[in-house]
Order: sequence, then structure tokens, then C-alpha cells
Amino acid sequence: MKLKYDSYYGSFGGRFNPEILHGVFTELTETFEKVKADNNFWLEYEKILKNYSGRPTPITEATNLTAHFKGAKILIKREDLNHTGSHKIDNVVGQGLLAQRMGKKRLIAETGAGQHGVAVATIAAKLGFSCTIYMGEIDAKRQRPNVFWMEKLGAEVIEIKSGSRTLKEAINEAFRDWVNNPKDTHYLLGTACGPHPFPSLVAWLQSIIGKEAKRQMIKDYQKLPTKIIASVGGGSNSLGIFQEFIEHKEVGLVAVEAAGLGVDTDNHSMRLTANKGTVGIAQGYKTLFFQDEEGQMRKTHSIAAGLDYIGVSPILAYLVEKKRIDCAAISDKEALIAAKLTMRKEGIIPALESAHALAQAFKEAPKMDKKDIILVNLSGRGDKDIFNFGDLFFDKKWQTFIKQKAANQIESKI
Amino acid sequence: MINSDFLSSYIKKERQAKPILIMAHLVLGYPDFKTNHEQVDVMVKAGADIIEMQIPFSEPIADGPVIAKANQLSLARGTKIQDCLDFAQKVTTRHPKKAFIFMSYVNILFMRGIANIISQSEKAGIKGWIVPDLPPEEADVYLAECAKHKISPIFIYAPTHSLARLKTLANYSKGMIYAVARKGITGGKTNFNQELIERLTIYRKIAKKPLAVGFGISQAEDVDFLIGKADIVVIGSKLIEVLDEGGLTALDLFLRKIRGNH
Ligand SMILES: Cc1ncc(COP(=O)(O)O)c(C=O)c1O
Repeated sequence: MKLKYDSYYGSFGGRFNPEILHGVFTELTETFEKVKADNNFWLEYEKILKNYSGRPTPITEATNLTAHFKGAKILIKREDLNHTGSHKIDNVVGQGLLAQRMGKKRLIAETGAGQHGVAVATIAAKLGFSCTIYMGEIDAKRQRPNVFWMEKLGAEVIEIKSGSRTLKEAINEAFRDWVNNPKDTHYLLGTACGPHPFPSLVAWLQSIIGKEAKRQMIKDYQKLPTKIIASVGGGSNSLGIFQEFIEHKEVGLVAVEAAGLGVDTDNHSMRLTANKGTVGIAQGYKTLFFQDEEGQMRKTHSIAAGLDYIGVSPILAYLVEKKRIDCAAISDKEALIAAKLTMRKEGIIPALESAHALAQAFKEAPKMDKKDIILVNLSGRGDKDIFNFGDLFFDKKWQTFIKQKAANQIESKI
Repeated sequence: MINSDFLSSYIKKERQAKPILIMAHLVLGYPDFKTNHEQVDVMVKAGADIIEMQIPFSEPIADGPVIAKANQLSLARGTKIQDCLDFAQKVTTRHPKKAFIFMSYVNILFMRGIANIISQSEKAGIKGWIVPDLPPEEADVYLAECAKHKISPIFIYAPTHSLARLKTLANYSKGMIYAVARKGITGGKTNFNQELIERLTIYRKIAKKPLAVGFGISQAEDVDFLIGKADIVVIGSKLIEVLDEGGLTALDLFLRKIRGNH
């Protein structure tokens, strides 16, 4: 099967916007169509990512984890080595260039884990945009280091204190801002969700991950992986690595959602897995949402802010419906154990989001043959989660340090 | 078949006696249905001509803080779509001379079933629907059901629209065109100035149907300004603020002040 960038993927997608955004979406769609047909745009895009972000990111062989699980060979696509610490920078560089072409002066964005927000603040600084980032209050608290860096990079961070106080609310608020400032502002949406053309645009920009991975697999391993595993918040890192392999039916693709406190509880962020999501229309697009029977969105939960969301990319919903992608869900606890093991065995500190993909790989690897290969998309690094890890590991020394630090008087030495 | 729908005829008839009509907005289930009943009675007695009733949704993306919060609090109290339909049935029966319309977001209609909710709306005495996140391009089923059930689908004009877009929307909109006085969400500040006058003149020429103007109308002077330039003035956030601050007495006073002047 071949994926076409369009407004609908089967019955999913579309564009359900307030009329006031009609003009900006027409402009954005036209600009997207133009750059998609312009090979020079892609070359410029790749060049910036090479020189500013360090792409292509390597594939690391996880030899110790492979030996530990005694099954399939585990490989890791190192999106954590990108500038700003995750795959989010790809989409941000791409849309930043688009915003320049459209003559915009200001970038706004939602963020959950803060990785997208940091990437947008970074590119705003580099390309000379003013910048406002919307973040739910709960997320701002649990990803405080990223809030700090966004502000230092020159962005204004607005915490949302209403509703779920997570990613969904940040998206609503960013849309409200755009409705107020449609002319000079570009809303740089961070994942493959929202009204057309965002799902297509973000998936297209992130496809650089899979393009690299395919080249690297053929060059270094002379074959494609048996399975590719990635975590799913909105769907940008998973679609980023999956797309290039959709036509290769022999490659299994596994999208991993957050099971939160457990598949059988109400505290999770599952939409694809176990029929937890139903088709609905919200935040400008039609997809599977975690909602009640009247169409009111429900409360989601995940230890990973970037996975804690009610909707999912319409492209993923479509590929799951067509059975081209399998889905799975990993609990908070399983993610934490996987993160710990990856630190100890491979010297890699994963983001809590990415730890969900690792945990799924650890479940599957022992059941597979030694000749099989699992490629895990390690979407981001765990620096941002230092306070979360400190709490989750009940690290006494760290907690004492935090208490002392808080008690000390703060004065600048410069 | 321009102007053959109930709302257009109703507005035309009412406009013969009044320089401008008042469309008053409320969020159903906020603060509660008992107050909603009294609210509607006050609105009608104080001279509102059309009542716009919003069915709450958890993601009211086009609404500002006041209305968004009312949506949230209504849902927290457990408001269901059926409660809203039942409420509509009662108030339309009690006030048969007024026009009532529904407003909500597309997911509410979609999850209930578009055919179901439109036919139920008709039975409940509703004459029009506004769905701010359902553009005509995505609205085939909705438009067909509205036509079948004599409900006017009302579309929205925004300041950023091209002439081509204004024409397209005029073709689909029945009963009235809802013009947004300024860029932005509900509840912000609007400049009532020459730019707005020019825009409304263009809208009138293109729309060829009653023109309602909303967003940011907060005092009698705003309404005065719109006389002769629009057929209907829509008051939303301000009415919730007035009710929150001074209760039904304040709401009555506020609306009478606006109506009394004219
Ligand atoms: C490191 C990391 N991984 C994954 C995600 C999930 O988003 P997506 O599904 O769009 O990749 C996020 C989102 O914030 C993230 O920061």
C-alpha cells in the first residue's frame, strides 16, 4: 500500500475549522503543495538539519540489551542525539522555513513534554521570529527544565490553568491565539494531528527519519528490520520512521501508546489499542478520540507528558484500520523499568515517551529469532525528565539535594 | 428559494417594527437549567427576539474564556444533550412567538448522529443551527438534514474572508449570516469604527439576507452604532458576565437598557 498526502486518509482527517482560519489554511496548504513539489526545499531542509541538528542520526546496536533478552537483535535509531534532544526539531525546521516563505513574523505552538516547545523556541531564535508557547499547567510542572530553557531562548511560555491542563488544552489555546492573529502568526503544530494540511505536512517533514533509517539498514545490515517500534503521542515520530517502510509488507510496524496505570483502568492515553478510542471530530480533525458516548473528551493519563493526549494522527488511525500497523500499550511502570535498564545496559538515557517504545521492544525481542531485527525509534533523550526520574526512582540523595537547593538563598554571583 | 425559511421571514417581520433585533446567547446547563429557564423568560420579557442556546462541548475552540468556562462548568454538572433538547422543547412551547436556535461544535452533532439531532431539534421547536467548526465543505449530511427538517443552517463571516469565500458562504447560509465584528474569539474587545462599517456594507451586498453581528458587543452604544448597518445584534459573553455578577435582576436591567433605547 502507498500513502498519498491528502486531506483524508480513508474516513479520517479533514478540516473542521472556525471560518476565521479559512484564509490561513488556504495559504498554508498552497505553500505546502509548492514546497512538496520543489526538490530544492527538501535539500535546504536536509542541509539545515545536517549542520544545525547533526542529522543523519545514527543507528546504534544495543548489544548488551540484545544479549540480555536473548532474542532479536535490538537496534536504536538515535533521535535523542538531535539538537534540542528529540525528533521534534525536524518538523520545526521545516515549518520554520514555510513560515518564512509566507512572510510570518511570529511562531506559536503547543507543547506537552516541552520538547516541541524547546525546538520552536530554538528555531524562533535562530530564524528571528517572536515566539509564544502554550503549555498545560500540569505539563509545565512536570517538565520544568524545558519551561526554563524555552524562556531563556526568548519565548513567552503561557501556562493553561483550565480544563485538563495538558496537551489538549495547549492546542485549544494555540488555536484561539491563531484565531486572534491569523495574519502575522504561524501556528507551528508539533505532531501529525489537527486540520489538513497539518497531518500530511508533519508526517512528510518527519519522513526524513525513515528515509535515513532505510539507507542505514541497507548499508550496514544489508536488510530491512523485521519490526519497527515507536511511541505514539500524536504520531509524528512513529509516522516519521514508519512511512518509508509502509510499502515493505515484510516489515512489521508497531505503534506504542501509553497504558498509564493499566489497560483495564480509566487512567491511560489509549485511542488505537483495545478499541478505547471512537471516531469523533475535535480540534479541527476527524480521528479516534478517547471520549464519552456524547462526544465529550475524557481525561487521559500518562507518566509521559508527550503521550498524554486524547486524539491521534488520522494517518495512524487509517493505517491501523487497514491493519498495516499493529498497536500496543505500555504502562507507566513498564516504561520506567525499560528506561532504567537502557541506562544501565547501553548508557543511553531515554525520554519517558521513548521508554514506552523500548519497553515494547523488550516484550517482543525474547519471542523472536536471533536473525530478526527490531529497530526502536528512540524519539528523545531523558534530560528533561530529571525531576520525574528523581521522584520515580525515589532517589534519596537527589531529593536531599533538591531540598537543600530550595532552602538556599538565591543570589547571582555575576 | 431565497428567504423562504422560517427564520428569514420571522426576522423580516420583526424588523418592520424595530430598528434592530436582539439575539441573546446562553450556555445550557450553566449555571444550571433552573436558572436557564428564568434567564430565557427574562430575555424574552426584556425584549430579546432570538435566543441562541449553546449545547456545551469539552473543546470549545472558538470561544473565549467566559463562554469556555461556562461550557466546562455545565459539563462538570453533568449536562447531557437530551437535557438540552428537553429544555428547548419547554422554552419554545412557552414562548411560541420567539425564535430559538442551537449552537454547538460538530462533535456533538456527529456523535449523536446528525440526522437524529437535527430532526430532534425540529421537534423541539428549534429554527436554526450554528456549528462554528463545520465549514460547508464538510457539511453535506448536515445541510441535507437541515433542508429536510426546516432548520436554517447559519454560517459565519469573518473579517479575513475573501469576496469569493463570502459568496460561497452566502449560498449555504439560511435565515441569516452571522458576521464576526472583529478577528478573534468570543469575549474580546471590538472597535466599532469605519473599517467595520465598510465591511458590513460589503457583507450586505453579498449576503442578500439578514445580517447578525456579534463578538464584543457589551453596551447600548455598540448596539446604537449597529443600527442601520445590521439587522440583528448578538450578545454573548457579556450576558454571562452580567448574570454572574448581578444575577437575573442585572440581566433584566441590562437588556432593558439596550431594548429601551429603541
Ligand atoms: C521525546 C518525545 N517522544 C515522543 C513524543 C510523542 O509525540 P509524537 O507521537 O508526535 O512523536 C513526544 C512529544 O512531546 C516527545 O517529546
